[in-house]
Amino acid sequence: MSLKVKLGIAAAVIGLLVTLLVVVLIIVNLGAIADWVGFDEAGNLDGRQGAIGMLLNPEARVGKVIQCEDDAGCSGLWPIIFAAGFAFVIVTGFAYTTLLERRLLAFLQHRVGPNRVGPLGFMQPAADGVKLVFKEDLLPAGADKWVFRLAPMIKVIPILMIAAVIPMGPDLVLPWFAPELGDVWFQVPQGLIDSNVGVLWVVAITSIATYGVVLAGWSSDNKYAMLGALRASAQMISYELSFALTLAVPVMIVGSMALGDIIDAQRNIWDWFVFQNPLAAAVLLLALLAETNRAPFDLTEAEQELTQGYMTEYSGMKFALFMMAEYLGMIAVSLVAVAMFFGGYHLWPMDGLPILAPLIFIIKVVLMLCGMIWIRATLPRIRYDRLMQFGWKVMIPLALLAVAWTAVAVVVGEALGGTAYPFISGVVFVLALLLGYVALQRMSRERASDIAIPLEDDPAYTGERRGLGWALVHLVGMLVAIPLAHIRFQVRALEGMASFGRTPDEDRALQSSETAIKRAGDYLSE
Amino acid sequence: MTILEFGPVSALLVISVALALIIANISRVMGPQRPTYRKSVPYESGMKPIGPATRRLPIKFYLVAVLFIIFDIEVIFFLPWAVSMRDLGVYGLTVMAVFTLILIVGFIYEWKKGGLEWE
Repeated sequence: MSLKVKLGIAAAVIGLLVTLLVVVLIIVNLGAIADWVGFDEAGNLDGRQGAIGMLLNPEARVGKVIQCEDDAGCSGLWPIIFAAGFAFVIVTGFAYTTLLERRLLAFLQHRVGPNRVGPLGFMQPAADGVKLVFKEDLLPAGADKWVFRLAPMIKVIPILMIAAVIPMGPDLVLPWFAPELGDVWFQVPQGLIDSNVGVLWVVAITSIATYGVVLAGWSSDNKYAMLGALRASAQMISYELSFALTLAVPVMIVGSMALGDIIDAQRNIWDWFVFQNPLAAAVLLLALLAETNRAPFDLTEAEQELTQGYMTEYSGMKFALFMMAEYLGMIAVSLVAVAMFFGGYHLWPMDGLPILAPLIFIIKVVLMLCGMIWIRATLPRIRYDRLMQFGWKVMIPLALLAVAWTAVAVVVGEALGGTAYPFISGVVFVLALLLGYVALQRMSRERASDIAIPLEDDPAYTGERRGLGWALVHLVGMLVAIPLAHIRFQVRALEGMASFGRTPDEDRALQSSETAIKRAGDYLSE
Repeated sequence: MTILEFGPVSALLVISVALALIIANISRVMGPQRPTYRKSVPYESGMKPIGPATRRLPIKFYLVAVLFIIFDIEVIFFLPWAVSMRDLGVYGLTVMAVFTLILIVGFIYEWKKGGLEWE
């Protein structure tokens, strides 16, 4: 028996034993669990006791409520439980993000997508994972062995850590097995920490992932990998500037770097910072597309130029680790963007139940992911020089403008008091809109006058849509062209008739003109 | 605020390191190990690789890195100022505007010099 089969059998036996243990534990403790859930002695669920009662009627809480950080057992155990649950959710989320991407992309391209493995293809991520587990893990001959093995881990660990500072909801009040304390409830946070340097943490941890990319490309001893890593690192650090600058905007409005404070400042939909500074939100959304190397900024994995970029030499589950880092990066930056600009876990009418908050958060993140996939399906990849110039010449000035906008509005609003802040913010909004409109107009006029369009590329001929004016020109041109074509065919037909039946050459010419007449007739009848 | 505040994060750190270690090494245990010469040669679209992979690189990438450091420092100054902006008031705004203006002058110089062009 090979080692593989033995390991498989061992894993199956261990899995079976663990399942048995869990089942036995559940059966033995059935009474306690029923009590905890909220069944009374007669086995009725009245919805006022236990966990169910707690979740449905927070006012009906019995006993006393203890803050989690005040209790040694809870403050030790809860982070472990939460981190395990969080890691499970986010890794499962990664698996199903790949499926979502494939299915949605297929839908947008009029294909079907993977639908064979399980209902609606729901087992496809598992099948892909199992396939990759049993693939050979290659080590290139010229590779730096340890850096090569370390690089995927350096890429994926920080990305798992980004979301540690984002609270997933308001504090939850949970019943807990604590017999020595009596009937108590613990108030636990739905997050690991709500640090007062949360935004700084996000910026710092995001930049660590760049190291994974560079090291992977450098250690592979492959030209594609090296070029891909260089491109990726240059792109990531260029867009990180506008990313970090726009993150300063909510910090300025709230006056705190704790993400919990930032989310709680956006309780109502009209409080969302996307409405207070849409420019910053737009720059942030673009920057995080580039930050996660998503289309249309996926230059690092431009298959046509660089095969797979920095992960060309990776195979097996190491490759899967890079893919995981990419998709987890999408999820993590979506979490950050939703927390900073789109109200986090708040959705106005559904604020009452803390247990619903993570669900709202997840729905918003999934919407963001769908948007990213939609963008990938819609836009072609942009050229690398344009990408870098866009990052430096457009994104950074716009990010600075967005920061200046909110800074002036907040400081002057604070000095004047009252409704000065929304008023000034609105004025700056209108100003930015006008200036942007004028700038775009000037740019398009320059482009129209500077570049002489060759005749055959003229939109009037190629039919490229350029607005109402071009449509009119097109219509007139068509009306002129149909009589002209008619006259041309008639002239050719008359020429053919004039040279009637002379030489074989002229005979052939005649035949061709006859076919021309026929074709003209067909054309016109069509 | 102490380092202990970050204690709960260590739970996630341990889980993510364990996850990364397991995933990165599971293929070495479960997958086949049949290395051949052709498999271990760097992939170059089916050709035999020509020369080493670590060759001279365009200077542009270093320029981007240098520019990044300058602007990243600006960002690092922005964030703490953003927290205490309401307390600093108009004075803080003016100081920050002067600081940013100096940087913007440098940025415009860089732009006009062609440092941001990719040719």
